[in-house]
Amino acid sequence: MTTSTDRPSNLIDRLYAYFDSPRRQMLLLVGIVLVLAIMPLFMGRYTTTIMTNALLYVVLALGLNIVVGYAGLLDLGYAAFFAVGAYSIGILTVQFDWNFWLAIPPALIAACMAGVIIGGPTLRLRSDYLAIVTLGFGEIVRFGARNLEITGRASGLSNIPEPNLFGYVINSYVDFYYVFLLLAVLAVIASHRLYHSRLGRAWLYVRHDEDAAEAMGINRVRVKLAAYVTGSVFGAIGGIFFSVNLGAISPESFSFEQSVLILMAVILGGMGKIHGVILGAFIIILGPELLRELGELRLLLFAVIMLLIMLMRPSGIWPERRH
Amino acid sequence: MLLELEQVSLRFAGNTVLDKVDFGVEAGSLASLIGPNGAGKTSLFNSITGFYRPQEGRIDFNGERILRRKPHKVTQMGVARTFQNVRLFREMSVMENVMAGMHCRTKAGAFGAVLRTPGQRAEERYIAEVAHECMRFVGIDQYADRLATNLAYGYQRLVEIARALATQPRLILLDEPAAGLNGTEKAALIELIRRIRDERDVAVLLIEHDMGLVMQVSEHIHVLDYGRIIAKGTAEAVKNNPKVIEAYLGQEDEEMVL
Repeated sequence: MTTSTDRPSNLIDRLYAYFDSPRRQMLLLVGIVLVLAIMPLFMGRYTTTIMTNALLYVVLALGLNIVVGYAGLLDLGYAAFFAVGAYSIGILTVQFDWNFWLAIPPALIAACMAGVIIGGPTLRLRSDYLAIVTLGFGEIVRFGARNLEITGRASGLSNIPEPNLFGYVINSYVDFYYVFLLLAVLAVIASHRLYHSRLGRAWLYVRHDEDAAEAMGINRVRVKLAAYVTGSVFGAIGGIFFSVNLGAISPESFSFEQSVLILMAVILGGMGKIHGVILGAFIIILGPELLRELGELRLLLFAVIMLLIMLMRPSGIWPERRH
Repeated sequence: MLLELEQVSLRFAGNTVLDKVDFGVEAGSLASLIGPNGAGKTSLFNSITGFYRPQEGRIDFNGERILRRKPHKVTQMGVARTFQNVRLFREMSVMENVMAGMHCRTKAGAFGAVLRTPGQRAEERYIAEVAHECMRFVGIDQYADRLATNLAYGYQRLVEIARALATQPRLILLDEPAAGLNGTEKAALIELIRRIRDERDVAVLLIEHDMGLVMQVSEHIHVLDYGRIIAKGTAEAVKNNPKVIEAYLGQEDEEMVL
């Protein structure tokens, strides 16, 4: 009984089948990174900034992919973790004059705590309830930021200082492009390593069959919490560098729409699959830009294209394919 | 006694499923739990493994209380199980399925995974090693990379047993392991059950409807009917016990009417 006899029918599927081997995937990734690394030499400021944003979304979508794709937990408030990272940096550097690098560990700890606070009491819920609670959490964080003195209320925080790396000030748009390229590469490596680890397998076990997983001695609440906290760390890292890139943050950067966009990147590309999620993140950010010439109609057209994609490829453009 | 139940009662919405059950399995023994359909055999398994929480009684394993402990705790303490309807992680490979059993014997977390620390890599090698050993033991090593769902039914049952063995238990509960197997596969299963005890010193408790198999492998047989233990003893003693004959005859009558 062989399982690989079903010949991929169309061109796209054959392309994916070609990149099914780990070695070819590696080569593809290295190729993409090399192209991305030399791209700023040919791109203008505008394009580079958009690409930077796309790379930020790669980090965020890979983080959410751990929660949604690996562990199978629907999260509609992921932007909250992104906000916790960004605001931690904003508060510590602007209000308390901390050095950016020193502010990173507390920001990550804050994100972990946020993950535990939201995850701990709610992970026993069924996934549809969990979706509502996470949605509420996302809004609570945004409303908190809007109303607290320390977060600068509705106008947010500005004049977040640029990071100084051994005397080199990271401040130009090209600098930040490379910062986010590095973060995206690290996020891909981390995602890959997590997937092929004891914890990564435990996420899949729990997603496939909770009872069987428990019978194997897996503490499902703890494993899900680990997914939440890991995802929140990815989100916070995105937020940390987002805040210093823009130099200013406001509550509206972390709206429900933001959470939905990130979730869309994960689902559109193909949940659980790193390549798919990267592709999804680029489509979500570059799609509307490529359609910019159409003016008012572009978002409508973008929505229609996405609907068509989901109709034709319900499990994502480049879904998880196993064996 | 490795496993000891005393006066265990389980009720669902007023229905008594288990009624003051006294029951025990000795370390390194081969025991069976038999009884007509609906007697409460699987409920007893679920009570031992923490999936159900009996209202009354005491369940001890290896001298420790396990009643109302979470299933994953019970597994960590050394009780492994298989399910009546095979419950593999269908879309994962056989190897990954068996590796699941090692989860409770290892500890690397997110940090270890992301940084690929030497400790984490050594642990991954150890997990793979044990998984391969368990697959070889039940005879499915050659299917390690297959998707579990693509295996023939008999092999899926073996994957479940390998997965349970990978938790490194002292007692393994097999819920109808022979269901759906053909004659050759049944003979191999009897051999495997004996080897689990003889070579790994793991006690085996099985629920089984195939009386031939039960009589061949079990040293102790417990008979459950309407949630009560109505007989216990060796194969010979149970076979000739009038209560047991009555319980089974009653059921056969019903089946004939149907």
